[in-house]
Amino acid sequence: MFLSDLTGQAKFFNTAQRWQVGVAASAGPSPAVAVLITILSSTMRVFAGLGLATIVSVSLGVAIRYVRLVEHLTLPTITLLAPVSPVAWLPVAIFIFGIGNGPAIFMVFVALFFHMILATITQIDGVNRNYINVARTMGAGKWQIYRRVILPAILPGLLVVLRFNLFGAWMVVLIAEATGVGFGLGQVIMMARNTFNPSLVFFTIVIIGLLGFGFDFLLRLVQRRILYWLPNRAAGLVDV
Amino acid sequence: MSEPAISCRGVGKIWAAGTERAHEALRGIDLKVDAGEFIVVLGPSGCGKSTLLYLIAGLEEPSAGEIMAHGVPVTGPAPDRSLIFQETSLFPWLSVWQNVSFGLSLRGTGKAEQREVARQVLFRTGLAETFDKRPHELSGGMRQRVAVARALAMRPKVLLMDEPFAALDVQTRAKMQGFLLDVWHESGASVIFVTHHIDEAMALADRVVVSTARPGRIKQIVGIDRPRPRDPFATEAVALRRKLTELLSAEVDRAFAEQENVAMA
Repeated sequence: MFLSDLTGQAKFFNTAQRWQVGVAASAGPSPAVAVLITILSSTMRVFAGLGLATIVSVSLGVAIRYVRLVEHLTLPTITLLAPVSPVAWLPVAIFIFGIGNGPAIFMVFVALFFHMILATITQIDGVNRNYINVARTMGAGKWQIYRRVILPAILPGLLVVLRFNLFGAWMVVLIAEATGVGFGLGQVIMMARNTFNPSLVFFTIVIIGLLGFGFDFLLRLVQRRILYWLPNRAAGLVDV
Repeated sequence: MSEPAISCRGVGKIWAAGTERAHEALRGIDLKVDAGEFIVVLGPSGCGKSTLLYLIAGLEEPSAGEIMAHGVPVTGPAPDRSLIFQETSLFPWLSVWQNVSFGLSLRGTGKAEQREVARQVLFRTGLAETFDKRPHELSGGMRQRVAVARALAMRPKVLLMDEPFAALDVQTRAKMQGFLLDVWHESGASVIFVTHHIDEAMALADRVVVSTARPGRIKQIVGIDRPRPRDPFATEAVALRRKLTELLSAEVDRAFAEQENVAMA
């Protein structure tokens, strides 16, 4: 009942929001396009951050498990920084990247990187020793074991981690945008707050919720595609 | 053919040596396995039987002694010594035929040849209809058969089997033993088969190596010179079963006593 009420409200406040976002985007596009631009730019930041964090943390995680030196050089720092809230990185993000897409992407990256790298290491440690031993008795080298055994073996776990981190990314991107990226869903929420506009807040919340749900759904489809070898139940994908 | 397939001289293994968790798994193992011979290592659980297989496979290094395979010292894993594990170790992300040809693909053999070899091996092992299936679609017994087929695809001279049928029910296990004997006859490989199951040892072995509780040493080697398939209820079988049972239960008792001591301490 709250939701049906909300859609009515959202429609009503649509214009105001579109208009304001249109101004913020400075190019002066039509209101509908402005909403799209806002959504797209937030989404782009989420995925840029998520993608970067995934690539860097998986490769570094593997390097840590494969090369002792890398482990000694990086792991203490990583475990030290892991518990630091991403919000604490906000000033750093602005020092380094100023205002724009940079800090938002950086924030998403920082928020996810530490979790993902620790998760990657745990996943690698959890690979069934038999798989590795079988490959070794068949004459597989280190690189072959990594590419042909470890990578496919950790993929299911990694995708679950990725899914959880997708939500995390959405949370962080709003914080980053709220503090002056220029425009984005987070900025809209802050503006709604400052102008005492609760309906706009809820409207944006619904948009974010729908986006999060939609991308989670897509990711689940991808997961099912990539993890064709798992029976549906084992992957924990059914009706989540 | 005078060269033994595997020869162990004074082989010992201490895990985590030099730390306070160090424990001795094997001590002073002297064993020669002839080409084409079927050896069963029989011993209580946790007596280092698996360790011996890992050492022979080259996955771990012995702390003492020397292992030779066909007259060459073992320094690491090699495709002519295949290890088959108790739990299923098929790669779930590959189909059956891809599992079987995994070793070939590591060497860069062409796809067509991989398929052909897999088809032949699966046909010979009576698994032709599983060619395109995925491991999770197969029963436990079938999976272990595929694991054996995968080992055979490497044309091993020595098959090392670590309680491969322990997770299967009794009927399946009996079938699998028959299957293994057929495979062994046909391939001409030596087999070193680890189990704690006396009937299994009696059904399979040319020689049964009874090992002691930890640290594992060779207590006695019992030759079985009866044609296969063997009737488990024949007169000689009863005497043999009694002998093996006595040998083994003494060690099981010792292992229990040791564990209690550890628990008390």
